[in-house]
Amino acid sequence: MLIKFLVAAIAASTPLLFGTVGEILSEKVGHLNLGVEGMMSIGACAGFMVGMQTDSFVLALVAAFIAGLCSALIYAVLTVTFLADQNVAGLTLTIFGIGLANFIGIFMLGSSESGTLKLPAGITAQMREISIPGLSTIPVIGPLLFSYSPFVYLGVLIAILAGLFLKKTKMGLNVQAIGHNPAAADAAGINVTRWKYTMILLGGGICGIGGAYCAMIINGGVWISNNVGGLGWIAVALVIFAKWNPWIAIGGSFVFGALRILKYYVPKSVISLPTAFYDMLPFLMTALILVISSIRKKRDLNLPGSLGVDYFREER
Amino acid sequence: MKRFLSAVLAGMMTLSLLAGCGGSGDTQAPAADDTNTPAQAEDNGQAAEGLFPAVAKEDIKVGVVHITDPAEGSGYTYTHDLGIQGMQKNLGLSDDQIVRKINVDDSNATAIQTALEECVEEGCNIIFATSWGYMDYVEQMAEEYPEVIFCHGTGYKSNGTNFTNYFGKINEARYLSGIAAGMKTTSNKIGYVAAQNNENGEVTSGVDAFAMGVESVNPDAKVYVKVTGSWFDPEGEGQAAKALIDLGCDVIAQHCDTSNPATEAEKAGVFAIGYNSDMSEKAPGSTLTSVMWDWSVYYTTAVQAVIDGTWDGTNYFGDMKDGLVTLAPCSDLCAEGTQEAIDAVKDKILSGEWDVFDGVTEYETNDGQKVTLKAEDYGTCNWYYKNVEVA
Repeated sequence: MLIKFLVAAIAASTPLLFGTVGEILSEKVGHLNLGVEGMMSIGACAGFMVGMQTDSFVLALVAAFIAGLCSALIYAVLTVTFLADQNVAGLTLTIFGIGLANFIGIFMLGSSESGTLKLPAGITAQMREISIPGLSTIPVIGPLLFSYSPFVYLGVLIAILAGLFLKKTKMGLNVQAIGHNPAAADAAGINVTRWKYTMILLGGGICGIGGAYCAMIINGGVWISNNVGGLGWIAVALVIFAKWNPWIAIGGSFVFGALRILKYYVPKSVISLPTAFYDMLPFLMTALILVISSIRKKRDLNLPGSLGVDYFREER
Repeated sequence: MKRFLSAVLAGMMTLSLLAGCGGSGDTQAPAADDTNTPAQAEDNGQAAEGLFPAVAKEDIKVGVVHITDPAEGSGYTYTHDLGIQGMQKNLGLSDDQIVRKINVDDSNATAIQTALEECVEEGCNIIFATSWGYMDYVEQMAEEYPEVIFCHGTGYKSNGTNFTNYFGKINEARYLSGIAAGMKTTSNKIGYVAAQNNENGEVTSGVDAFAMGVESVNPDAKVYVKVTGSWFDPEGEGQAAKALIDLGCDVIAQHCDTSNPATEAEKAGVFAIGYNSDMSEKAPGSTLTSVMWDWSVYYTTAVQAVIDGTWDGTNYFGDMKDGLVTLAPCSDLCAEGTQEAIDAVKDKILSGEWDVFDGVTEYETNDGQKVTLKAEDYGTCNWYYKNVEVA
């Protein structure tokens, strides 16, 4: 049962991981993008619809990525170029994204013959849990390592690569410098605007793939409205939990995923707590992390210094 | 900066919590009032015919207030809207004679009042409010606008004239679906994804009816219930189903809005019982049958009564006989003889010879008590039948 719980927790952590890594990339250049939920919704819609039409998992992923990227472009243009308020722009993007995805969903439902939108068999087979002969059947290790949908491996890979980029490359350090002090980075010859755009767009694309997971895996390949269901907001909280570090985000989203399904795996005959208690746990943990970090008064939170503040070059 | 950031973070957390709570409180514990018996109308001193003048078919306007968006595609609001569309077709009304208010949060007083008032202003003769939480506001509005008819789905209040209540005996279909599940299971463990816990009589009486159906054909099987705590939680509904499958359940029934329990069952190679709409389209590899509403039956009758001027202000509590509650045909996945076993009981229900909750039979609860239940009082049901375990 413990193995099954861990496997389910990893599956539950995957959409959160995409959202969190995407948001970390954006926040690393100082842009708090509250539009994660919206970008995920748009990615979900694009990935689902393209997957349904083409029956190709790869094309669905590409479509989700591009759609997430395009929605992040709206935010980037507003906040980087036009210096709009980041919170307002992000919240607007969320409302817009959910609305647009639902609108397209309604439109497609209306034009479908059966009144149901369901992914065809080909893509369903490609996106389902993998099964490697010999490896997937090993006790304990098999289910724990080799029994997930390709999304799970992609998510971990993206998180590892994002961490390597931010920590181990010169470009990554430049990006972090922008987040901490854009004026100083600018003076050091780093192209602030270009990197802000790059990171925000990349982040949006990654969120889009997370959205595709919601539409294609969580909802079993059946289209429903509001299919991201608030996971984008949890991802925003998870960024703090992960201390703006994509590698910690892997563990962090696992912890959140585990806490989110805990209520279904703790037998009521052993401990009987109201479900609302379990729903609260991830956020209680986030609050605790914030409190503990501020008590320790170290800069171990790794919070980008200019987060939430637009950078106006001519005011340097 | 720090203060600003903490304010933003606090706001974010509130929002995420709100998102988590969204959609709750839809159709809780309706302790249904007495139903469409003629006695009810007489008690209220009303004649059985014509409280309102007839309205020409071309002039009638129908308002509907939905808690979510019909385009969700499978759940509660969707089936209500199918009912409205069916009524529109049956009566031949045009699109502009239907006024829809969607995503009206049933815990938001302003939103509810605005939605209802807009319906009145747009000239609706009859307004259907589909969610439990609208009840008190509908009652107020009915007092304020005595010339408009207000109908409230689920709930228990009414005034015998322009404010009535409607719901139905969904538990008849749930019992029958329990037969399909009980005959199919080989592990003798059947899962049930429930939106609300035993404080909600609508959900709990459904679990009990289902469990009784299971027991009637398979006394060894147990029904394991997992509660999501929300009417609409796509992720949680799938996860609860997965947890039940991990527990060894090989048939998954549901009282929640999405088809995720059924698709999760399909993925795991086990079987499912759908709810609200026929889920065999969405999960053809797992769906045994589906417990369904056909609200068009009620909506057609109600609107027709307004057109004819025969509205008598009585409440409505429909059943399988009326066609309000239905069970989808058994799929090929069902165990042999399932359809026959179901039809035998269904005939008894349709002929009125037998009913799931007759108010007389004593049932043993899973904590050893003896109880009785009348179908109309399903809202008061807070006990689980003896073969049910909350897992």
